[in-house]
Amino acid sequence: MAVLRYIEQTVTLELDAGLCNGCGLCTAVCPRGVFEMNGGRAELVDRGACLECGACALNCVTGAISVTPGVGCAQAIINGWLTGSEPNCDCDGAC
Amino acid sequence: MTAKACCGPASTAAVPEAPACCGAPARADQEPHETTCCGAPEATPAEYSYSPAPYVIGRVQTAAGPVPRVSSELGRADRLGAWRVRWGIRRGDYRVRPGLYALGEPGATSPVLVTANYKLTFDALRASMGEAGVWLLVVDTRGINVWCAAGKGTFSAGEVARMVRESRLAEVVDHRRLILPQLSAPGVAAHQVYEACGFRVTFGPVRAADIPAFLAAGRKADAAMRTVTFDLRERLVLAPAELKVLWDRRMLLAYAGAIAVSSVDGDGVSLRRGLRRGLPLIGATGLAVLAGGGITPALLPWLPGRSFSLKGAAAGAAVAAGAVALSGDRLSPAAKVALLAGVPAASSYAAMNFTGSSSITSPSGVEFEMRRAMPLQAAGAVLAVGAWSASRLGR
Repeated sequence: MAVLRYIEQTVTLELDAGLCNGCGLCTAVCPRGVFEMNGGRAELVDRGACLECGACALNCVTGAISVTPGVGCAQAIINGWLTGSEPNCDCDGAC
Repeated sequence: MTAKACCGPASTAAVPEAPACCGAPARADQEPHETTCCGAPEATPAEYSYSPAPYVIGRVQTAAGPVPRVSSELGRADRLGAWRVRWGIRRGDYRVRPGLYALGEPGATSPVLVTANYKLTFDALRASMGEAGVWLLVVDTRGINVWCAAGKGTFSAGEVARMVRESRLAEVVDHRRLILPQLSAPGVAAHQVYEACGFRVTFGPVRAADIPAFLAAGRKADAAMRTVTFDLRERLVLAPAELKVLWDRRMLLAYAGAIAVSSVDGDGVSLRRGLRRGLPLIGATGLAVLAGGGITPALLPWLPGRSFSLKGAAAGAAVAAGAVALSGDRLSPAAKVALLAGVPAASSYAAMNFTGSSSITSPSGVEFEMRRAMPLQAAGAVLAVGAWSASRLGR
């Protein structure tokens, strides 16, 4: 369990364990301990801790994982609203 | 633009018909493994200057030519530079020239550690390696840290493969393995790096300081090494960047505006009156930013609720209540209302902006709290401005 927790009910992460090939890369890339391997398949053990960074889905070759990825940054979301486009922190060179 | 310590979300393909390109955005749930364009440089290399490189202390001869050797020790210039960017001073101009570097006495079998070209990141990496002989492959992330660059798609499979080719790494080492920072994984699909340049990716730990232990354990990161933390020290190191909004250009203009507006009255224009009424407003702004950008990050685990805006409002309310109590009868009732409404609202907004600097927030959660908090913040601000206008603040 991650010590500091955030709003959990909005998390968009989904795992289709039936598609999992057991490579375990999701457990290696997740910075919040969301996945564990159980019987050769990935399992969501702490879905609410997900940051939606997208590392797991990007590195899942079988497409078993889906998530709407992004960075949890209010400024980025405001910029997205203002420009009518995707969230963008517009901080090139600043972060 | 408000400089955030972190940000860079997944900017999705601006041009819809463009194929989902490596590492960049369109990842998500749409068969990332079917993208084929990896290996192509994601963008032309940025044309910009690089910071001086006093950390280069020599050269190592390799089959691909001389490679600069860097020191594993941080000097005064490095510490001064770190202090500068933590205060947000020319943070966008703190870059290491992309390419291959040697640390210690690496050979053909030595590990290759890939990293971003933000100098703060590069410094953390070289300072954590001691005299171990390793290669450092610095990719071009436009001077942005690993996690943010991965989110932006600049730390991508295509960029890693480009630097592997450009540095002629295959001639320098006789293995075909790269160690990438774990937090580059939101931008780098390991299988796409392999397809693009023939090097296999192992994701290392989150923190550079854990790399020696990771290597010693046979390139295995344990659960603690894989988990992001956000402890007190990590939260406070970001605080200066949150507080500096107090003296950014737009804020200075707002202060001048507040004093100018306060100077004008039915009786004419008086700078003295402007200062008397405007300075308390500036003081209240300072309290709000301190509450939202300083106290809230420091007390994050203990403030109520999950949303940063609520935590910030609570910190702001406490600070405003304290200020009202201390002011005694020096403030008019209307001024007290202005403080009690405005400081929590502004503190809530400042705390909400700290989401981008934190390592615990999800975009869906941030949007969720913003949609609830921003109408209340606006209402608080309107009430505060109304009460301030009605008051003789600091009479």
